[in-house]
Amino acid sequence: MKKEEVPQDTDNLNEGKLAKLYYATDEKGHYEKLNSIGWEAETVVMRQAWDVVHENIEYAREKVLKGDASPVLFYKEQNIMTYEIIAGYVGTLSFIVWLHTKPFFFKRLSSKTLDKYAFAFRITREELTDITKFKDPRTGATENNNA
Amino acid sequence: MKIPFEHRQSAHCENGVVSNLLRFHGMEFDEPMVFGIGAGLFFSYFPFLKMGGIPVTSFRTMPSYIFKRFANSLGIKVKSQTFSNEQKGMEALDALLEQGIPVGMLTSVFYLTYLPDAYRFHFNAHNIIVYGKENGKYLVSDPTLEGVTEILPEDLQRARFAKGIPEPKGKLYYPVVFPKSYDLNKAMIKAIKHVAFFMAKTPMPILGANGIKYLANRMRNWPKKLGPRKSVLWLGNVVRMQEEIGTGGAGFRFIYAAFLDKASVILKDEELFNMSKELTAIGDLWRAFAYEASRVCKNRKSDTVTFDQLADMLYEIGKKEQVLFDQLFLWAKARL
Repeated sequence: MKKEEVPQDTDNLNEGKLAKLYYATDEKGHYEKLNSIGWEAETVVMRQAWDVVHENIEYAREKVLKGDASPVLFYKEQNIMTYEIIAGYVGTLSFIVWLHTKPFFFKRLSSKTLDKYAFAFRITREELTDITKFKDPRTGATENNNA
Repeated sequence: MKIPFEHRQSAHCENGVVSNLLRFHGMEFDEPMVFGIGAGLFFSYFPFLKMGGIPVTSFRTMPSYIFKRFANSLGIKVKSQTFSNEQKGMEALDALLEQGIPVGMLTSVFYLTYLPDAYRFHFNAHNIIVYGKENGKYLVSDPTLEGVTEILPEDLQRARFAKGIPEPKGKLYYPVVFPKSYDLNKAMIKAIKHVAFFMAKTPMPILGANGIKYLANRMRNWPKKLGPRKSVLWLGNVVRMQEEIGTGGAGFRFIYAAFLDKASVILKDEELFNMSKELTAIGDLWRAFAYEASRVCKNRKSDTVTFDQLADMLYEIGKKEQVLFDQLFLWAKARL
């Protein structure tokens, strides 16, 4: 890549916090360092990944509202976690975490276990168990909602 | 307290941490040198190993291998610690800062609040340096950023003790023993041979240049096998691994070409410089591939024609890398 080909696309997801370092060549083919504020191709594939995350969140929200899933599923998607990651925080097996995404098992959880889930998702126990707020479509717009 | 510490930006976090830590201790190594001597370049595609349902594609060696190889080949000793108790882990960090030692550490990107939100996925092997603590905040030198930044202790603790695979377990590291003298030329040639061997000579079909061709052949069947939605997701993932933060463009190919360029100046070797230029050309092909692939992702139409064309581009890259690293291997072998 030549120096003048280093992309500077303003339509990016960096919020002005980041100008990545690139390596590009001068006329003779020797390398220099340059900053780039963004590249369209990269932005497209990053948006694509975030679209999937947002779809998953919406899907989980509907399931929770219908009573087919517990809030654990919603917060799992909102925090882009996997069952393994949550199991790490809660100190159990990922299969057990999967069970806890079912309302039947979630309702029977002790407050101690609920606290562990709340810690994993960085919320309070009350927030974790409060299903009414899922009706508000703005809930759970992730921290990353600009993506 | 604040340790006088010079921060310099780099493309990739691990190179940058090594480079910045060593500069503090009076050894000057630029990012491409660290990446080159650490033998960081690689390619692998694991169809059976999936993250989030998408096969893992990697353009580099495993996390922390660059530092390991770099330190070993120059005779630098690195002390590293992991902790099972989070509180002890944070206290150990404070104690080191008190002694005036900037500390490298493993963190999870998801909890690093100073990064743009769009980059914050669960990636648990991000390297940063903490070089002080002021007003209840840790001073952070994240090599992927232009300048230094800061983070709240509770966020740093979350990031250091994140769960998932791999668990950072609060890993801290800092160099302790430095060599009085070392043979830089030999270290460079050895590292080039190492990379060239693994790129061109591994018998495994999923590793090195073979891996690129293998991925190309698999990619041809994606639309048929996975359907339109999944196949663009998988394609997007390859591009993300290639271009997202930390690769310096074209999946580390440009950083490595910059290393070959530097090495050719130090060794006064015209042949090596020509190979650097060849790698630059291959990097440009990777960029072209990423551009075309992103267009397929954007239109979300995955007709087989486009995937076939993309696969052809990849296959061509694989063939070229095979030739180049064969050549590089012979070059290095003749000089050792």
